[in-house]
Amino acid sequence: MPIPATIEVLTSETFAILEGSHVIQLTGQIRQQASQMGMSLLDQTKLSTAASELARNILVHGGEGKAQLECIRSNSKIGIRLLFSDRGPGIANVEQAMQPGFSTGIGMGLGLSGAKQLADEFHLTSVVGEGTTVTILKWVND
Amino acid sequence: MNDSTVGTLRPKKNQILTLWMRNQLADGSLRDDLMSNDDLRAQSVELLDCLFDTLTDDTLTMPDAPSLSPLIDQLTNISMSRARQGFTPRETGLYVFSLKDALLEMLRHERKDDPNLLLTETMRISKFIDSLGIVTFESFIQGREEVILRQTDEMTEIATPVVQIWDGILAMPLIGTLDSSRALVVMENLLQEIVRTGSGIAILDISGVPTVDSMVAQHLIKTVNATRLMGAECIISGIRAEIAQTIVHLGIDLSHVVTKATMASALKHAFGTLRIEVNKSAARSV
Repeated sequence: MPIPATIEVLTSETFAILEGSHVIQLTGQIRQQASQMGMSLLDQTKLSTAASELARNILVHGGEGKAQLECIRSNSKIGIRLLFSDRGPGIANVEQAMQPGFSTGIGMGLGLSGAKQLADEFHLTSVVGEGTTVTILKWVND
Repeated sequence: MNDSTVGTLRPKKNQILTLWMRNQLADGSLRDDLMSNDDLRAQSVELLDCLFDTLTDDTLTMPDAPSLSPLIDQLTNISMSRARQGFTPRETGLYVFSLKDALLEMLRHERKDDPNLLLTETMRISKFIDSLGIVTFESFIQGREEVILRQTDEMTEIATPVVQIWDGILAMPLIGTLDSSRALVVMENLLQEIVRTGSGIAILDISGVPTVDSMVAQHLIKTVNATRLMGAECIISGIRAEIAQTIVHLGIDLSHVVTKATMASALKHAFGTLRIEVNKSAARSV
């Protein structure tokens, strides 16, 4: 049985997601941080696109929320972890919400499934009536 | 001796003005390039008049009092106009805080026999001017934000040009993030130009779009569909390698859209569709 790797948080920064321009600011910040840490251009694009999907989900479904950008280290690996949280209505059927093409809004319904595909790790917790938290993680050159 | 703080200072208005002007003019950061000394004096006189017209001992401890609103309004106007004129926040802050020095200097002179009263009054005036300073700061930022907002509007307008690159071929280079409001402008401009020029092909170049997520893709697909309804063909060019891979991972289906890696290959495709041949001319014989 593998020993669960402990994750050390090196830096952490919180961004409010209240309107469309905040999403653009956030993805720009993520790109900058990722390139500083030596992430490949492809992984930078994947991570910032996933972040864009999840941040837009906050605006569409949760109304407003926040995003936390963390630089993390685990053993010899470094990476970026992003936490998106809102106090929206929550997701009643998570399994259904994760299906590509399923949408309760006006979008394409690819946000959650797409973000999961683009990230190395994806974790979603949601309580109906309380809100939703999504965590994604991308290692540098994994 | 007059017990009222404001009552003591009011008759000394002219002396306070002199002290205040001296403080301002002595400051190394005085921007006489942005505002002449006469204008600065006129502005200071106006503000000081307003201060002594509205201020009483009671409102000195209540900067939010409704009777002070003319003063606050005037300060807000000064601060916002300074923001537009290009003053720094420090310069605008110093303008208000140098008044504090003038008031306290006058007060020290008037209350030299009663240190206890001087201390209480100093604290009060200091607190009052601090709250005026906060008002200045807030409105200064608001003034700057208006400038930013105006620039953003200007940018949305200039960032969506449609150019006719050949007879019957339009190109629209997109730069920056494609949000819903911009996507609407893009679509409108493009459709309008298609009608005006009677073009059969439009090339939408996304080389300058940093992130293509499902929302941007949806806007692009809508634009392509709308172009088709007008009887024209729309090609999306400028799809970089990392964007292509990201689109695939997201699960976006662009198979029914003609896409090209570069604007050049999109143009070549358009020439093919319109059956245009471009040849190098034979070398001219001398």
